[in-house]
Amino acid sequence: MWRRGFPGGTHPHYHKDLSSGKAIEELAAPEEAVIPLHQHTGAPSEPIVKVGDRVRVGTKIGEAAGAISVPTHSSIAGEVKKIEPRPHPLGANILSVVIANDGSDEEEEKAVLKPAAEQTREEMIGAIKEAGIVGLGGAAFPTFFKLSPPKDYPVDTVILNGAECEPYLTADHRLMLEHAEEIVQGGKIIMKVLDARQGFIAIEENKPDAIALMEKLVAGGNGFRVAEMPERYPQGAEKQLIKALLRREVPCGGLPFHVGTLVQNVGTALAIYEAVTEGRPLTRRVATVTGSAVAEPKNLMVRIGTPVAQLIEACGGYRGEVGKLIVGGPMMGLAQFTDEVPVIKGTSGILVLTEEEAVVPDPEPCIRCARCVDTCPMRLVPCTIQDYVEYGLLDEATDWGLMDCIECGCCAFVCPARRRLVGFFKYGKALVMERRKKSAAS
Amino acid sequence: MDPRLIYSVGTMAGIGTLFGAGLAYASRKFAVHVDPKIEHIIEVLPGTNCGSCGEAGCSGFAEAVVAGRAPVSGCVPGGSEVAEQVAAIMGVECGAGVEPPLAVVRCQGGRAEAKERFIYRGIQDCKAAQFVSAGSKACVYGCLGLASCERACPCGAITMGDNGLAIVSEEACTGCGLCVAACPRGIIELIPRTQRFYLGCISQGKAKEVKAACTVGCIACTLCAGKKAPPGGGIVMEGNLPKIDYDTIQEWPEANEVCPTKAFVFRNGARPPEAEDTD
Repeated sequence: MWRRGFPGGTHPHYHKDLSSGKAIEELAAPEEAVIPLHQHTGAPSEPIVKVGDRVRVGTKIGEAAGAISVPTHSSIAGEVKKIEPRPHPLGANILSVVIANDGSDEEEEKAVLKPAAEQTREEMIGAIKEAGIVGLGGAAFPTFFKLSPPKDYPVDTVILNGAECEPYLTADHRLMLEHAEEIVQGGKIIMKVLDARQGFIAIEENKPDAIALMEKLVAGGNGFRVAEMPERYPQGAEKQLIKALLRREVPCGGLPFHVGTLVQNVGTALAIYEAVTEGRPLTRRVATVTGSAVAEPKNLMVRIGTPVAQLIEACGGYRGEVGKLIVGGPMMGLAQFTDEVPVIKGTSGILVLTEEEAVVPDPEPCIRCARCVDTCPMRLVPCTIQDYVEYGLLDEATDWGLMDCIECGCCAFVCPARRRLVGFFKYGKALVMERRKKSAAS
Repeated sequence: MDPRLIYSVGTMAGIGTLFGAGLAYASRKFAVHVDPKIEHIIEVLPGTNCGSCGEAGCSGFAEAVVAGRAPVSGCVPGGSEVAEQVAAIMGVECGAGVEPPLAVVRCQGGRAEAKERFIYRGIQDCKAAQFVSAGSKACVYGCLGLASCERACPCGAITMGDNGLAIVSEEACTGCGLCVAACPRGIIELIPRTQRFYLGCISQGKAKEVKAACTVGCIACTLCAGKKAPPGGGIVMEGNLPKIDYDTIQEWPEANEVCPTKAFVFRNGARPPEAEDTD
């Protein structure tokens, strides 16, 4: 096992047993799908359908606009009813295509592709971009862009990320158990695209069944090795995983390709496999619906654009008083004010907490205990950076590494004064980005 | 007398005289000539260092005036009164003085009138609240009530009312405009002091959305700009919101008889007492 790990980190309760034993269930297509045109990091896609158009499963409804952007596809067959701003899990209203299901579930004709083994690198990247694939771990960064690093930075190592360190979530775990073969094939495609030398499938030790299965699959010596990682949050964070596995440190403001590495979520590997071998666009994903305020937690295969309310309903509805609805996991997920928001490409789970669990204590003054400093996996000084952001000293905050914060939430989790550290960092980062944009424009 | 006492007093007096002479010489030799006008101008300026003149605070402005880089009427909060005083110090005519504008909060949707979508427990700052699902208020244009403008005001002219809305004190407001920049939703506007009424809403939403979120919002019925417009005109629709041309119309007491949601605000207190915005 890779015991060396990364600095800092913490051990939240994982609560994965709520759903880890439940096989992935296919959720029926929604009556009405709301598909936002902005589900990825980068520029939103441009709508290419009109109200009244008939679309099929996999019909492209949004075209990539800009260098870092991917197309969007319809996840159901039916008629485009509206194109208007709708609530989005990331907050604010985002231009979305509303499609009414006609029940036919007719599929769009897929592009005819050569067998994967005969495709060139460019053809495979093209297929991945056309399929609208983004990182399915949560950050939703366009995959094709990640697979085309600058020429000066050859990537020699591919890591398939099955760590799934976020508490409660089990979607990746189930995928590895039920689609192991495809994930490994997807991983091989990534290695071929990048001409990488070695591959790892990183899995936290709390998923022994997935580790055993993957080890059996890669036993033939096909370039991949299974890395059993210790259980520690945030093991699945890109930079921490690279550090723990390869002892390579991604520089400040840098990306994994700067140290010759690429990390892809196991779900993304599956999507890549489907895109390259079958030409299937990304129109569905696995999401864990869990938490103590859900009657029956499940792992569901859902169409992109399905309202969260329908997922909850499929899990027997809410149980008791609902305190908080979170899209994502408890550490990094975003609280929602309505269950009308749709599932998007980056939705790895829906967590519903009871009122008791969701109590937010009032923050108290910092007692200088430095627990946040010890736990920060990026080796920052959260308490000081928070002070700087609070008093609007953005230059100082940036000097102290504000922009290197990965928003994992460890500091706020361990803070005995319950200070809203991550909240301030997210706010500060947004302010810095805004200021940079302004100064770039002037 | 103890000679030690005489020696010590004498030594101290001697040292004192020596340093005194040194300092007296240095103050002449290295004196920096400061135009007394700068000191005088600083004395008449409001002293809030608001920066709306474009200089670095009041002393910067005073220096700029004396150096001829800034006009004598450049102090926005000071208005014509300060402009005249500065002009007198400089010995020039200040021309037509400009009355400083007044900051008004263009939202009347307090806790009783406007709905909330969720309970916000995050950072108590309007801009931070705006980042979380675009604010907790059902109306995405309305005042978030977390007092960013109050903290930005150098004159203490803004306080937060019990209804969660910002209140501007007309006497204390100098019209510097720092609150305008502090509001992430652009609710605060600077209006001329001669203006007796303004529209207390900036929602560009459609009637249905506005009604669902707030009882006093502008529903874009266009009555005030069309059918029942004031006799002299001066109100035109800009998108879903009427815009008052402050040069054309300063007073219109019947405005809220026309407006179905009573979205106009009167500065002279001709309004229902529970919705008093200024005091």
